[in-house]
Amino acid sequence: MTGTINPPLRLLIVDDEAPARARLRDLLGDINGELPNIVVGEATDGVEALEFLSRTPATAVDIALVDIRMPRLDGIGLAQQLAVRREAPAVIFTTAYDEYAVRAFDLNAIDYLLKPVRASRLLTALNRLPRGTDAAALRHLAPEGRTHLHSNERGRIHLVPLTDILFLRAELKYVTAQTREREYLIEESLSHLEEEFGERFIRIHRNCLAARNAITGVERAASESGDSPDGGEARWMVLLRDFAGKLPVSRRQWSQVKALLREE
Amino acid sequence: MSSIRQNHPASSGPRLPDFTNQGVWLRILLGVNLLMLVAALAANQRFAALPIEILTLAGIVELPLIASLLLLYTLNKLLQHLSGMPGALLVFGVTLLTTSTAYVFNMHLNTVANDQGGLLRALCWAALITGALLWYFDTRQRQHSPALAEARLMALTARIRPHFLFNSLNAVLGVIRTEPRRAEEALEELSDLFRVLMRENRELVPLSEEIALARQYLSLERLRLGERLRVRWDIESCPPDALMPPLMLQPLLENAVYHGIEPLGEPGEIAIVFSHHGDELRIEISNPCPPGAATNHGNQMALANIRERLMLFYDLEARLDNIAEVDSGRYTVRIAIPYRHGATQ
Repeated sequence: MTGTINPPLRLLIVDDEAPARARLRDLLGDINGELPNIVVGEATDGVEALEFLSRTPATAVDIALVDIRMPRLDGIGLAQQLAVRREAPAVIFTTAYDEYAVRAFDLNAIDYLLKPVRASRLLTALNRLPRGTDAAALRHLAPEGRTHLHSNERGRIHLVPLTDILFLRAELKYVTAQTREREYLIEESLSHLEEEFGERFIRIHRNCLAARNAITGVERAASESGDSPDGGEARWMVLLRDFAGKLPVSRRQWSQVKALLREE
Repeated sequence: MSSIRQNHPASSGPRLPDFTNQGVWLRILLGVNLLMLVAALAANQRFAALPIEILTLAGIVELPLIASLLLLYTLNKLLQHLSGMPGALLVFGVTLLTTSTAYVFNMHLNTVANDQGGLLRALCWAALITGALLWYFDTRQRQHSPALAEARLMALTARIRPHFLFNSLNAVLGVIRTEPRRAEEALEELSDLFRVLMRENRELVPLSEEIALARQYLSLERLRLGERLRVRWDIESCPPDALMPPLMLQPLLENAVYHGIEPLGEPGEIAIVFSHHGDELRIEISNPCPPGAATNHGNQMALANIRERLMLFYDLEARLDNIAEVDSGRYTVRIAIPYRHGATQ
């Protein structure tokens, strides 16, 4: 034991198999003398992990040990959701065997552990103080990128498939995602979403991104309609499939919307 | 016959096919009729006369062909016993006998010319075709010779997902401190499983053995997956002495767990149903089919592997179908094999 008085490393274990979680807990206990650590939580899949993280302060977990193959939201998907957060635990993947993934991890300097994990390997990996896995590295593992956004509702995480989203609209502090059925609160900024999903969504207004393939047409707005926040700036409204409402197009975005409609 | 189709490697001369096998029947029927078509084409300059020529030829050929097949079918035991040259001579005897009998029969019906030359010509044809087919079956069997077939079979069976092995070992390590007895049990199951995987799997095995192995495998998966894995066995209506190829259930169950249970966010059921219909044994394995997991490369590989092994064991007498039922959300693999039982081997 060295004389340092660092606080113990706080860890989250994410694995769908109970014995695998037990194994990691045992090993972390074994190396506690050399590297003080504490398991602050366990989750059985990516969604549960996100729920756990939403219940705790953003900085309450230092490192998440994340299994790759899990139901609902797998390890890569979880890392993708964490990568867009400002404060998120670093991720170390654990995997039993996946030649392809392992090669990709090596190529992109992503931290991983092979199951069955050895105490010495675990210690080395934790001591290396893994950085947060960045979105660019994850893009090499899953070139198609994120397929879902997540929405937190009183501690319950909903995964919203991108293909279901008709439009994203910034409202005060949050962004809402509208699907055919309902809307979800998304804790991400509209500009980041536009940057990440520019191929799928087109900006039609300062506060709104609409799914390109959901736009069915435009119509001229009723004169002097009061529902434009820009004070009567909007003159055209976008019509969407499976959605009764109309979305105002700002003057600045009109040429792009027009170009999109001409393409079709 | 409880092992892969093969003759004694020591016997000299041509290897005879199993005349009770449907695949062999099919090949003989196709072969003879194909040669008949070739003969008709060769004998005719005028295309218009071809259909009539084929019909006439068929009238002469089909009767002795069917009669020969029936005779060979009944004589199969004797033929397999004789094997080699004496067996082949007996086959020639049978075909020539049926050909001449049929020719005489046709002569009385006046459908063929009433002369010695015609009979001789028919006998030559019969001998030629018999020789060609025996040569074909001999070459085919040499290609599928025991050594080769065994090597192929070994290559086909020596496949278990590394994913499963490492996850199982990891699970054993996970319970070793809290439940040492369960860990012991799991290691015993794992070693039993690998003993079977590594032996020479070229003999048919009793159903009970396959079922016991499958249960051990599922018990290992239960250790990892806990309550998420539910299994329903329906094997009451099946004779326990029935024989089936070894290591057929385990890879199918492994598929079912990997594609059906592991990606599922809730508990799921794997159903294993054995049934017995006359001469046929049916095995049905079904699992939940999570959306997006329908056609998977790994899954197709495993099925192709099992199809090839069924072919090696049963030729054309076994079937394998896989169906993804979107409505019920289940994926089903059905196998039908000829019912054979342990007492007669």
